[in-house]
Parts: sequence; C-alpha cells; structure tokens
Amino acid sequence: MIEGIWTGLTTAFSISNILMVVGGCLIGTFIGMLPGLGPMSIIAIMIPVAVSIGDPSSALILLAGVYYGAIFGGSTSSILINAPGVASTVATSFDGYPMARQGKAGKALTVAAVSSFSGGTIGAILLLVFAPALASVALLFHSTEYFALMVVGLSAIAAFAGSGQVAKAVMMTVAGLMLATVGEAALFQSPRFTGGVMDLQSGFSFITLAMAMFALPEAIFLVLDPKRSETGDGSSEIKDLRITRDEARRIAPVIGRQSVQGFMIGVMPGAGATIASFLGYAVERNIASEKERAEFGKGSVKGLAAPETANNAACTGSFVPLLTLGIPGSGTTAILLGALIALNVTPGPRLMVDEPNVFWSVIISMYLGNLILLILNLPLIPYIAKVLTIPRNFLIPFILFFTLMGAYIGQNNATELLLLVGLGVVATILRLADFPLPPLLIGFILGRMLEDNFARSMQLYDGPSFIWERPMTLGLLILAAALLLLPRYRTLRKGAGNDRSA
Amino acid sequence: MTLDRTIALVFLTLCLIYGYAAYFVMDAELAPFMKRNPVWPSTFPKVLAVLGIVSAFWVAITAKAGPVKEDGIDYRRLRDYKIGQAAALIGLMTAYALALFPFGFIVSTVLFITLGAFTLGERKLHIVLPVAGITAGSLWYLVQEVLGIFLRPWPFFAGL
Repeated sequence: MIEGIWTGLTTAFSISNILMVVGGCLIGTFIGMLPGLGPMSIIAIMIPVAVSIGDPSSALILLAGVYYGAIFGGSTSSILINAPGVASTVATSFDGYPMARQGKAGKALTVAAVSSFSGGTIGAILLLVFAPALASVALLFHSTEYFALMVVGLSAIAAFAGSGQVAKAVMMTVAGLMLATVGEAALFQSPRFTGGVMDLQSGFSFITLAMAMFALPEAIFLVLDPKRSETGDGSSEIKDLRITRDEARRIAPVIGRQSVQGFMIGVMPGAGATIASFLGYAVERNIASEKERAEFGKGSVKGLAAPETANNAACTGSFVPLLTLGIPGSGTTAILLGALIALNVTPGPRLMVDEPNVFWSVIISMYLGNLILLILNLPLIPYIAKVLTIPRNFLIPFILFFTLMGAYIGQNNATELLLLVGLGVVATILRLADFPLPPLLIGFILGRMLEDNFARSMQLYDGPSFIWERPMTLGLLILAAALLLLPRYRTLRKGAGNDRSA
Repeated sequence: MTLDRTIALVFLTLCLIYGYAAYFVMDAELAPFMKRNPVWPSTFPKVLAVLGIVSAFWVAITAKAGPVKEDGIDYRRLRDYKIGQAAALIGLMTAYALALFPFGFIVSTVLFITLGAFTLGERKLHIVLPVAGITAGSLWYLVQEVLGIFLRPWPFFAGL
C-alpha cells in the first residue's frame, strides 16, 4: 500500500499533472457557476479532451479537478443569487444566500470553500484507508434501507417548520412529492398525471423547479422592493472574508462530523451528495443548541458548513464503489466510469492490483484537486462576490436571463421556459403567504427515489413487512421519526417549563 | 380570507383532483398481470392524496392573519411596491420564451436584457447593449458550439 501511495504521489505531483488539475479546477469553477451546468455535464464535455491526453492518470487528474471546481462553482451561484444549479447545492442556499443578503457574501464563500476543502480532504483520507473494506459494507444496503434513508433525508424539512409553520412545511413537502409523481415512473412504464401533455412525459425537471422555487421569486422580490437589493455597505463588507476564531470553533466539529457522515452516505451507491447534504443540514440543526438552531435558515455558518462539507465528502465517498467494485453510485461517477473505460482502464476489484498507479493517483489527485481549488479560489472570492455590487438595474435582468438559460440548457426545450415562469409566479405567491419553499424541493428531489425504493421493497417482500423484518430499515425509520419529533418535543418541554416558572 | 387559507383551499382542490385520478382513473387502465403486484402505479399517489388533503385542512384550520409586516414584503401592502415593474418583467420572460425560436437566441437575449434593464429604470443603453451583446454571443458559443445544444442564433428569416 505504501508503495502504491508513493507511486500515486509521484504521478500526481508532476508539473504537467499539477497544470492539469489547475486548469480543470478553473474550467470547472467558471462553467459550474452557470445554473444548469452541474459537474455531470461539465465532466461529459471534458471527456473528449481527457481521452485525447492518452495517459489515464493525467486524464483522471484533469477530470477530478473539473469535478471539484464544478461543485464549488455550483455553490457560488447558490450563495450569490439563490440559484442552486444542482440538487446537491440546494441545502447550501438555505444559509448561504441569507448570509450574502446580510453583506457577508465573501465570508459565505470562504466558509463554503474551507468546508468543501475539509470535507473533500477528510473524505480522501478515509478513501485511502478504508476503500476496500467499505465496498463490502455498501453492498449490505438494499432498497429497503435506501427507502428508509430517503425518509431520513425528508426529515430535513423539520428545519423549516418553525412556530406555526409545521402544517405549511408538511403541505409543501407533500406538494413536492406529488410533483415527483408526474411523468413516466421507471418501475411502471406508464405515464402518470401528464394530462396528455407530451412535454410532461419525462416529468418536471429538477433545474426548472429549483430555479422557479428559489431564484425567480427572489428576483421578483428584489424588483418589488428595491431596498432588498441593498446588501449592507457593499465594498467594505466584501473584504471581510476571514472566518473569526469563534466561527472557526463553531464550524470545526460540524466539519468533522459531516465529513465522516457525508463520506459514509456517499459510499452507498445511489444515495449520493444530495441526500448527504440534506441529512447533514438536518442532523446539525437538531443537535445545535437552541440559540444556534434559531439561526438556521437565517445565515448560520454552521448551516452553511454542514451541507458543503457533507456533499464534498459524499462525492469522494462515491469513488469507493466505482474504484473497488466498478459500480457507479451517481450520475457523475457513471460518466467517469465511461471515461475510464474509454481510457482502457476497467474499474473493479482488480484495479488496485493491475493498475496501482491509476488507483492511487486518482485518490491522491482528489486531495490535490481540493488543495488547488482552495488556493485558487480564496484569492478570487472578493472578485466573485463583487457580483452583488453590480447595480440592481443590471443585475436583475442578468439573474433572470441566467435562470431562464439554466432551465433551457437542462431540457433543451422552450416549453420549459414557460413552465418556469408559471411555476415561478406560483412560488412567489407561496412566498408572499410565508410558505417555506425548500420542503417542496426536498420532497421533489427525494420523491422519485423514495417511491422507486418503496415499490422495489414491497415487491421483494410482497408487502410492507420489510419495515419490521430488516433491523437496519427499522432503525433508520426510528431515526427519521426522532429527527422530526425531537425539535417538537423540545419546544413543548420548553413551553411547559416556562408555564411552571410563570 | 387570508392568503394562507386561500392557498390551502386551492391545494385541497388540486389534491381532490389528484386523488380522484389516483383512486378511480389510474387503476382502470392497469394491465391485468400488473394487478397481482403488491404495488401499483397508483399506490404512492393514493397515500399522497390523503396526506395532501389532511395537510391542506390542517393549514386551512390553523391559518391566522398575522400583523402586517413593516419590514420585508407583505401581500397586504402590495401597492407600496413596484408591482408594475415585476409584472412587466414576468411578461418579458414569457415573451422571451415565445420569441427564442422564431427570433433566434442572440436577438431575443439582447432585447430581453436591454428591455429588462430599461423597465427597471436603466437609461445607459450604450453600456447595456454591448454587455448584453457580449453575454449573448459568448453564451451562444458555449451552448451551441461547446455543449452541442441547438440554439438558433439569428431570426428564422435570416436562413441560419
């Protein structure tokens, strides 16, 4: 193993490979900022370039740089303009955007960069040490456990169920789950709730819904009330990039916990960075002290650090099944698998034995990609954050344009734009009535996976007996119930305590 | 009636329609061999319809009109905001969606950004027009040439 790590180190740290990773990070960051272009599409674009390089290690190093760059780029648009381009950065916008609105855009981007770096780095170390052992654990997870895991992911909605908001949060989640049932379900091969509209055959697109729920209402609110465009004393606050000692002390345990949790979720094929980010957010909110919990959703550094760490750690974790079993656990790793095969490398249990230089250089380059990303992006943050100092008369038409382009690129269909405008108007009305919109998006993202895994489990067990027959499923479902009910219980107990003291 | 309650009642109506489709329409179209499965395409929607109806009632019953917000946006003071500008921009976005294919990406985008900025009160068209042109041109190049997603650059009558 030591020999392998050494081979990986010498390959990854050659001048040409460092240039590859720098180039990859830059390309990934800039293209990733465009809503609609997630890591998956950017890697797909870069595959021909990578294959033309010829050397599998260099090609994979370039793609790893692009991957991490794209993830950070996606977080940037979530934080600055509330436009999460990919599902895994939805949770980033919950606290990242409120921070930007308070004039702390620079700090939010720094927290995101540092958390991503830490999550990716700890993930890479875990990958280095535990990859072969974890591959067998991942196979223990069946569809029943995945179903339970999705239910745990849904418990993130509790974060938006503030006082008097529980009913609204539940209603929005159900609305999101209902939207996810529109279109053709993989398991049933029959279109549902399409009303005969051909464009709805494949269901609503995530990107359209995300833009309609987050970016569009925010842009309309900025138009309605020009005072909202003021993000504090712009220029002076954007320089305020540094994380204070107190903030560092608060986010350090979050980063530690979420690196491990995110990595473990990433290891399971199919769970991925989205679930890891929602779950990371939910767990951190639940274990935070009462005062800190109240800050979640309003610009909490912990609320930003949790999903950012978890999604990066999960991205690293998703390499475990890819490299050791040849199973791509996510869309992005599926594309990487294609790239590996094009480069004459077959991932699987033999990879570590047959091509140790590729195996270890990929792992080392992931760490290198994280490091380069941090070095490159920290100096760029003040310039990226300057986007918010552009006068609103210029900024708003551009936000609207990029929102529309995100939906167009995602589906290559102009009808999608009309759908976006319609859903955006509905979302604005819902926001006016104080309905929390994140639960709707969480419901939509998890809905399809939830139903697929539920249906598969029901078919395997010929009924709902899997819930009590599989201890891990039951345990996860109990955890979900606890995550949902614990905040409610605490509030009730606090209320009772207050009554007694009064 | 508060906006919350109105939304809850609209959602309730949608749930009833959704539930009707799930309980009575979908199963009728089910192939006979599929009826032996423990899960049908309508199973999950049936559960969701019930949950939706319950949650809509819950919101409708518990909705209370809070005090009018002084800070932030409150729907009861909509006239105090720039509602005309917002409506104009929504109209512009709809027009953009309809114009994208016939008028081409570059013309529609330049017009959208320029008219959008103009609606918001920007009069420095000598800055807006070139910025819009550069954005449209570079994005067209990225989408069409790099990504390979079809985007007609010029109007249909230009023959391109």
